[in-house]
Amino acid sequence: MFGLHQRLERRTLALSLAIIVAASIGGLVEIAPLFTIHQTVEDAPDMRVYTPLELAGRNIYIREGCYACHSQMIRTLRDEVERYGPYSLAVESKYDHPMLWGSKRTGPDLARLGGKYSDAWHVAHLESPRAVVPESVMPAYRWLSRNPLRVSDLPAHLRAQKAVGVPYSDAMIAHAEQDAFGQSAPDSPQAAGVTARYGEATNLRAFDGRPDRLTEMDALVAYLQILGRLTDAAHRPVAAVAR
Amino acid sequence: MIAELTRGERQAALIILCVLAFTGLLMAGFGRESALDFHGALVLALSVAGLFAVIRGYYAPPPDPARLREYFDAPGRAGILLAMGWAVIGMFFGVWVAALLAWPDLNFDSEFTSFGRIRPIHTTGVIFGFGGNALIATSFYVMQRTSRARIRDQLGAWFVLLGYNLFCLLAVTGYALGVTQSKEYAEPEWYADLWLVVVWVVYFAIYLRTLAHRKEPHIYVANWYYLAFILVVAMLHIVNNLAFPISLGSDKSYSLFAGVQDALTEWWYGHNAVAFFLTSGFLGMMYYFLPVRAGRPIYSYRMSIISFWGITFMYMWVGSHHLHYTALPQWVQTLGMTFSIVLLVPSWGSAANALLTLNGAWHKVRDDATLRFMMVSAVFYGLTTFEGSFLAIRSVNSLSHYTDWTVGHVHAGALGWVAMISFGAIYASVPWLWKRERMYSTRLVEAHFWLALGGTVVYVVAMWNSGIIQGLMWRTYTESGTLAYSFVDSVAAMHPYYIARAFGGLLFLTGAVIGCVNIALTIRHAPAPAAAADAEPPAAGQLQPAE
Ligand code: HEC
Repeated sequence: MFGLHQRLERRTLALSLAIIVAASIGGLVEIAPLFTIHQTVEDAPDMRVYTPLELAGRNIYIREGCYACHSQMIRTLRDEVERYGPYSLAVESKYDHPMLWGSKRTGPDLARLGGKYSDAWHVAHLESPRAVVPESVMPAYRWLSRNPLRVSDLPAHLRAQKAVGVPYSDAMIAHAEQDAFGQSAPDSPQAAGVTARYGEATNLRAFDGRPDRLTEMDALVAYLQILGRLTDAAHRPVAAVAR
Repeated sequence: MIAELTRGERQAALIILCVLAFTGLLMAGFGRESALDFHGALVLALSVAGLFAVIRGYYAPPPDPARLREYFDAPGRAGILLAMGWAVIGMFFGVWVAALLAWPDLNFDSEFTSFGRIRPIHTTGVIFGFGGNALIATSFYVMQRTSRARIRDQLGAWFVLLGYNLFCLLAVTGYALGVTQSKEYAEPEWYADLWLVVVWVVYFAIYLRTLAHRKEPHIYVANWYYLAFILVVAMLHIVNNLAFPISLGSDKSYSLFAGVQDALTEWWYGHNAVAFFLTSGFLGMMYYFLPVRAGRPIYSYRMSIISFWGITFMYMWVGSHHLHYTALPQWVQTLGMTFSIVLLVPSWGSAANALLTLNGAWHKVRDDATLRFMMVSAVFYGLTTFEGSFLAIRSVNSLSHYTDWTVGHVHAGALGWVAMISFGAIYASVPWLWKRERMYSTRLVEAHFWLALGGTVVYVVAMWNSGIIQGLMWRTYTESGTLAYSFVDSVAAMHPYYIARAFGGLLFLTGAVIGCVNIALTIRHAPAPAAAADAEPPAAGQLQPAE
């Protein structure tokens, strides 16, 4: 065997090839089946896609690096289920390009945050975390209420999402800008289209408390309020028992 | 720098820089309202500066053919300086993010310096800036010595080094502006990723060409590791970064993968960035600089073969240990855990091979802080890989995951192993590269060593404590069967440890700054060796044991 190696280490290309082969096997065996084995991701017919406003909020969550301190993946452990809610299912992040499961909990898990607090609580907390929770080490995000939300490229965002496999319809893409607007201004004429396209249960509110302006705060809070609520697959009986 | 290039290479440099400048212009033009326009302007400005430099040196006399009898070390020298520069930047940001967790208002209410944006500046700065430049510089050095062949492609070597640093610069400036894919350790957006692929292909080509011209029949072990580093990092980088930009005029893209598939791809990448960037490449460094500095051949040739293939094959299976108890199918978790445990064998094989090489040279370890850097790095390598296998066990992981314990583990590896072996290699090679008799001050090297070791220990112990306390607080129940602590209780309990950690990091940073000063003084003031031959390290043939 070592004699064979003596020969291998005299040939640059053969050595390179051997390295590639040895290093490819693990990934092929573990990752490739996740795309082909059907049971990997549960079925959830009620699963809906993010509205344009929520998607924009998700992008702000990414931009600000919230994932560096917050996970969105409740493990199948008793204490986690009691603290955060039913454990996370694969299907719940099946439209998440990329996933935001996270790896560190400097702050609590956010996978089931939607509906836990009021919009006003979130706005106050994001503006000044220590005014709400004195021990907090979370950064203040005061610029979110100041920055108007950019909506002009939302159709392009939805189109790219569709290209990577999220089932946005042509109507959703065409109305992306209006829908972002309508979702945060429930009394506006654009609001009706949002529920028509994304379902009656969609939150229609002035998330930052001011219906006259569409800000980054609107988008982020809209996203936080939908976390864990795109489907209720995790709340069905089979998932109720932990461990 | 230009004077060493041939006329043809100078012309090629002009063409490359023109193409780059044009690309910058396009990016700036199309990238309206996104960070792409800023990055376009940056690329344009840097390429125009490069054009001026080349044009100024264009009519300088052609280089002396005698240079071809020597090794081509100019990019290696520049790489070492860049590595030290990035070390200070990356560690400075590290101390800053650490301080933010103790005193969260230290971002001065600016979006550009909030925790989530500067944390990746820290990780990219140290991993890719410091680590990557140290790897490129030492690989150029080692591959030439162990092959007894000069790098043929002078322009290519400069292209790799400078192009790579452009990638790092695009990455860290992007984060401050909020440009990120959010994939940990693969945060740069699509255009920076594409650029890195170009740089990497040239890097591999240089390596192949130099090895093809080698005068040694065998390819020395260090080169196997450098080769694995280059090849596998390319694989990981390309697959994990597959993404669809929302338009060619935007910095934003969406990952091709979603949810559970994305999670496993990311941690397949993430853990193997640890394996092939932070381990394989640095083992290459160790397999050259440690035996040379100790003046002893590698202890066992067979052990290096077994370790090499064990690491190359097994590491690729273990990424799923980052996803225990998650929505990832259990069979993948179990495979990841199993391979993580078996991986301890080749890991300890490498560590033992390094330490046993020092047998008969322990008096040198006592007297020579440079060699001591390398020795301690091998010890930390052994400790960290043991801890890694331990943390990969599902039941241990249920406590440690999501806590600071992971952070402590990573830094035992990053500070104790990666940074220490790099400092050792840098202190060894600076006098050789700049043709000096020795480092300007051995006492400063000594001071750096103790600051680095002290900083690492303080850091790691603080994080072990905070991590285990956190994990226990989250799962402690009262007698009536309810959770005993709120999450915020655990946040408050971390405060003293976060202060200690920032202090440990500060010690480590201070050491790096001292290192920079010492290197600068060496270049400017240290005496040249009496005879040039004295400074040259032994040829590769003497590194192999006579098995
Ligand atoms: C430096 C780490 C850090 C970052 C970055 C961070 N957070 Fe937090 N977050 C915390 C901590 C610590 C807490 C717990 C204390 C508190 O409630 O403020 C927390 C709590 C929260 C909560 C309350 C959760 C609950 O269930 O009570 C929300 C919501 C939240 N963060 C959202 C965000 C968002 C959105 C971002 C990004 C814009 C973000 N966080 C960024 C550390 C962080």
